[in-house]
Amino acid sequence: MAYLELNELRRSFGPVVALNGINVSLDQGEFLSLLGPSGCGKTTALRLVAGFDRPDSGSIVVDGKDMTRVSPNRRDMGMVFQAYSLFPNMTAEQNVEFGLRIRKNKRGARRKRVKELLELVGLEHAVKRYPHQLSGGMQQRVALARALAIEPRVLLLDEPLSALDAKVRVQLREEIRRIQTQLGITTLYVTHDQEEALSVSDHVAVMWSGRIEQMGTPSEMYSAPATPFVAEFIGTMNRLQSVVVDGERGEVEHAGTRLTVDAARGRTRGEKVMVLVRPELLVLEPSANGAAGDNTLAGEVVTHTFLGSVTRLKVQSREAELISDVATARVASLPVGQPVVAHVPNEGTRLLTLTEEPASFELDPDNP
Amino acid sequence: MLPFLAYALAFLFVPAGEVIVGAFKNAHGHATTEHIRQIVHQPYRQQYWLSIKVSLITAGLGCLFGLAIAYAAIREGTPRVVRTVVTTFSGVAANFAGIPLAFAWIATLGTIGIVTKFIHDHLGYDIYGHGFTIFGERGVELVYLYFQIPLMILVIAPAIDGLRREWREAASNLGANSWQYWRHVGIPVLMPSFLGAFILLFGNSFSAYATAYGLAANGIALIPITIGFYYSGNVLSDPHLAQALAFGMFAVLAVMMLIYVPLQRRSARWMR
Repeated sequence: MAYLELNELRRSFGPVVALNGINVSLDQGEFLSLLGPSGCGKTTALRLVAGFDRPDSGSIVVDGKDMTRVSPNRRDMGMVFQAYSLFPNMTAEQNVEFGLRIRKNKRGARRKRVKELLELVGLEHAVKRYPHQLSGGMQQRVALARALAIEPRVLLLDEPLSALDAKVRVQLREEIRRIQTQLGITTLYVTHDQEEALSVSDHVAVMWSGRIEQMGTPSEMYSAPATPFVAEFIGTMNRLQSVVVDGERGEVEHAGTRLTVDAARGRTRGEKVMVLVRPELLVLEPSANGAAGDNTLAGEVVTHTFLGSVTRLKVQSREAELISDVATARVASLPVGQPVVAHVPNEGTRLLTLTEEPASFELDPDNP
Repeated sequence: MLPFLAYALAFLFVPAGEVIVGAFKNAHGHATTEHIRQIVHQPYRQQYWLSIKVSLITAGLGCLFGLAIAYAAIREGTPRVVRTVVTTFSGVAANFAGIPLAFAWIATLGTIGIVTKFIHDHLGYDIYGHGFTIFGERGVELVYLYFQIPLMILVIAPAIDGLRREWREAASNLGANSWQYWRHVGIPVLMPSFLGAFILLFGNSFSAYATAYGLAANGIALIPITIGFYYSGNVLSDPHLAQALAFGMFAVLAVMMLIYVPLQRRSARWMR
């Protein structure tokens, strides 16, 4: 039996459906990230679990107990908010101690626990500082220690790193994961940052429009997206709208070019599909005459974006704009304006049935 | 900065200096402590006490009611229009004072005021027959509250706005009930603003003149009214005694500040 269960949770605000029946099942000690763009319902889901809001229908079960109607101060859930949630009139240690004082724990035990937790988050030197005397990263560490102090049944994190700069964000997310693993706390983490979600979670649930589009391990989500939305949201993806021409041989046609894709085998002729290719799988070669060979698309390099060990190249083909990640050392042979052919690999390429137009959505501006 | 200094010099320091110097002069312009000795004895001591009492009561009640109303109007879940109405009304009411306010209350709750008559005629209750009077201490306090409560609403509203939803939710998440949240977080965070507002309301009430004069010139012996008599009275004119009484008001306010400053520093130590 799962430790944390969200069953058919629904919540509407007037005509806006924020959650449209989500189901989550999480074992004790697991780390699940709810990932999605702004307005997808992930924070609403977290607030329902915390008890700050009530669902219109559905249930929240923790360790076999129905918590749906339990008030937030009786749920024993620790929560870390986006920012500015520390009590400004209390020092770091007083903030961490707060939940223990409310529970009337003995002073000695409280002090010991506070010391341990502040050491755990690396803030033993800042115990007497007030929140405004701490940096954003330090404040979030204190908030984490405060949430952990009460030994919560479930740890809830609502975009706790979104207000921090990039370097601190990476550092702190690793610490969160280390501490979570060390303490074995069941954790629900809300973020719009896919890199963050993929790097720290046991499971990721991609949400969109109040629903969970797909839930799986980070590697499953990356390598086997189940919907066009997930394919687009997790990482970068080349999307080639195609039609199956020969299901037996696994052939599809994309804008007049035949491509052989293993994933197309067994598909019905005439079926509309979307071929999904990760940029790192799309291999570019210079082409003298711009002619395409087997399983290739012809085009011309239009931009370079330096990303460190790889450089992202945009290629304008006749039919679509392609993206390919090329080892930076190789980029000199593929300058802007160079005619190229892009090899679409047989293996590793995904195929989705197109039942309707691909979903359109807006990504967060800070997570393009 | 310079315009402010010029303003403060012309309208605060020079008049205050004039009052202080005048308090130590007699009618012939010679130095004396006679007036200062006078004001610490009766009847002035009683008048100071009455002024302080009225100011403490109206500042205290003004703070409590103002805080409660402001919180109710601003808190999450209250329709925005309520806040707009309350703050707009407060902006008007906090500045409605003096003779017009006194007249409005006399017309409302005076011996033949419309509310007095209504209660008498329709409810069969004679409020004046049962000891109430708008022209005495309780009446003055009631009328002062008319501008003290709105003033408190205006002053405390930004502080209430500053109470973040996350603090309440975090407290609740950590096991605190509503009272525990207010005791450990809400009240301590509001306290510096609350104390500042209390001092403001105290000073506002302590120095009010025209309202009390218009309402109960002879019925209540508040220090500002007595000062008015000595400055402009035909029979009792004694400007230097009036200045000594004003000097005494400075002293009372200075004592209040001496109490306020350490309290404020203590309550706001987390801000430094």
